[in-house]
Amino acid sequence: MGLDLTNIRTDFPILSRKVNGQPLVYLDNAATSQTPTQVIDVIADYYQQYNANIHRGVHTLSQEATDKFEHARKTIQKHFNIPKSKEVILTSGTTHSINLVAFGFGTLLDPGDEVIVSALEHHANIVPWQMMCERSGAVLRVIPMTDEGTLDMHAYAELLNKKTKLVFVNHVSNALGTINPIEEITKKAHKTGAAVLVDGAQACGHIKPNLKKLDVDFYTVSAHKLCGPTGMGMLYGKEKWLNKLPPYQGGGEMIDEVTFEKTTYADLPHKFEAGTPNICGGIAFGAALDYMNSIGFDAIESYEEELLDYATAKLNQIEGLRIYGNTKHKTAVISFNIDSLHPYDVGTLLDKMGIAVRTGHHCAQPIMDYYKIPGTIRASFAFYNTKDEVDIFVNGVQRAIAMLR
Amino acid sequence: MTVEQVQNEIIEEFSLFDDWMQRYEYMIELGKSLPLIDTKHKTDDNIIKGCQSKVWVHADMVDEKVVFTADSDAVITKGIIAILIRTFSNQPPQDILDANTDFIDQIGLKDHLSPTRANGLVSMIKQLKLYALAYQTQLN
Repeated sequence: MGLDLTNIRTDFPILSRKVNGQPLVYLDNAATSQTPTQVIDVIADYYQQYNANIHRGVHTLSQEATDKFEHARKTIQKHFNIPKSKEVILTSGTTHSINLVAFGFGTLLDPGDEVIVSALEHHANIVPWQMMCERSGAVLRVIPMTDEGTLDMHAYAELLNKKTKLVFVNHVSNALGTINPIEEITKKAHKTGAAVLVDGAQACGHIKPNLKKLDVDFYTVSAHKLCGPTGMGMLYGKEKWLNKLPPYQGGGEMIDEVTFEKTTYADLPHKFEAGTPNICGGIAFGAALDYMNSIGFDAIESYEEELLDYATAKLNQIEGLRIYGNTKHKTAVISFNIDSLHPYDVGTLLDKMGIAVRTGHHCAQPIMDYYKIPGTIRASFAFYNTKDEVDIFVNGVQRAIAMLR
Repeated sequence: MTVEQVQNEIIEEFSLFDDWMQRYEYMIELGKSLPLIDTKHKTDDNIIKGCQSKVWVHADMVDEKVVFTADSDAVITKGIIAILIRTFSNQPPQDILDANTDFIDQIGLKDHLSPTRANGLVSMIKQLKLYALAYQTQLN
C-alpha cells in the first residue's frame, strides 16, 4: 500500500515555503516533525471557539474544553494500546515525563541499588537519572554499544542482578535511528524484578508501539515528534507504579483536599497533572494521532523504510562518506560524516541550498565519544518526504563536498 | 588603516560576488589559507566552549596595538574568523572596543553572527573585546 504523497504534502503548508530562495527540503524530522493543516485547524478552533480552563468550570466553554481534552486522552490511550485511561499522564513532553518518574522513583531507592541506562541515550534519558542517583545513592550502570550502533545484549544480561531496580532505554536512538529490542530488554529486566522505562520520543512518529504487548512499566512520548505541537507529551505508567510514586509537582488540579495541616492527593491521572495543563496542546496531540492514523502506520513504516534504503544507497556511493548506525533494524535516520569535513560546514552549505539537516552531537555525546567524533550530519526523514527530495539532498551533499575539499 | 577602513575594504571585496556560492567559496579559501594561531596557544584554556565548532582565541599587545590570532576546526567559521581578525588585529585597544561588526551584515554573512547560531563566533567577538578591554586598562 503506497502513500498518496501529492495529497499528503498539501496537508503541510510549510513544505511549500522557500528557504534561502530554494524550495525547502526538510530533513530534520527527528528534531521536530511538521504540522498538518488538520492539526493547525484544531489549534485555531480551540482558541476561536472554546478556550477555557478545564475540570472546574460550570460553564459551557469549560465543559466543551474538558470533553475535548479528555477525549484526546482516550485517543492517546487507544493509539498506544494502554489498558486504562488513568495510566495516561499528559505532560509537556518526554523530558518532563522522564523527570517526573526520576523524581518519584528516587524516593523508592536505597543506597547501593542499581539502575541501568544504555549507551545510546539522549541526554534527556541520562541526566535526570544521574540527578536521581545523586539524591538516592543508587548506582548507574551502562549497557555498552557496538560498532554498528546497537546495544550489547550479552553485556546487558550480565549487568542485571538482584540489586537492579530500573532499566531505562530509548525505543529508537535519536542520533543513529537504531530500534532497540524493547520486548527482550523488558522480559529480562522483569525476570530479575526490575522495572523498565522506555523513551519513545524517536519511535512514536514512525512506528505504533503496542504498550500492552511490550509490557514496559513506563513509556514517554513527545507530541511534536508525531505532527503535534511542541510542549506536549505523555507519560504512560502502569497503575501499580504510578500509585507508588509520589507527586512530582504540587498545585491545583492534583489535590483531593487541602488544609494547612495535611493535603491529600487526587487520583490518577490528576495526581501528576498539577496546574492548568496545555489544554490546546493536549487536544492537538489527539488530532495529530488521528491524522497519522488516517494515513496508517503500516504504510508510513514501509514507505519510510523505502526512503531510508534509497537514501542510504545513494549516500554510500559518495567517496569518503561514512554512515554511523548500520543495523538493519532502524528508522529513517542517517547520521554521517565525510572524511575530514566538519559537520557544521556541510550543514551550513546545505542550509544555503534550502536543505534542513541537523549537525552536532544530537544531545547524545556518549555516542559521539564512542565513535571519537565531534558530531555528525543527521538527515532524518518523515512520511511526507519524497525520493526527489533525497536526490536534491544527495546532490547538495556532493556540492558541499566540492566546495569544501 | 583604521578598523573602519579595513571593513570598507572587505565590503568592497565582497561586492564583487554575485551569489552566496561565490561568497562562501571565498570564505572557505580564506579559512583554508590562513594559519591563524600558534599551536602552543591552541590550548583548552583558549577554547570557546558550547559550540558545534571549536574556536580558539589568543591576544598579544605589540607597540600598544592588540594582535589577535584565532582558529577553528570548521573551515567556514575559520573564514569568518579570518575576516574578523583582519579588522580587529593591529588596532589600538580603544578602537577595538568602539568598533562594531555591522559590516558582516553588508557582506551577506549576518546569520553567522546571530546569537542563536552555535558556531562560537558571537562568544569569540566578546572574547576579542575582553582582551582589548584588558589591554586598554594596562594603557590607562
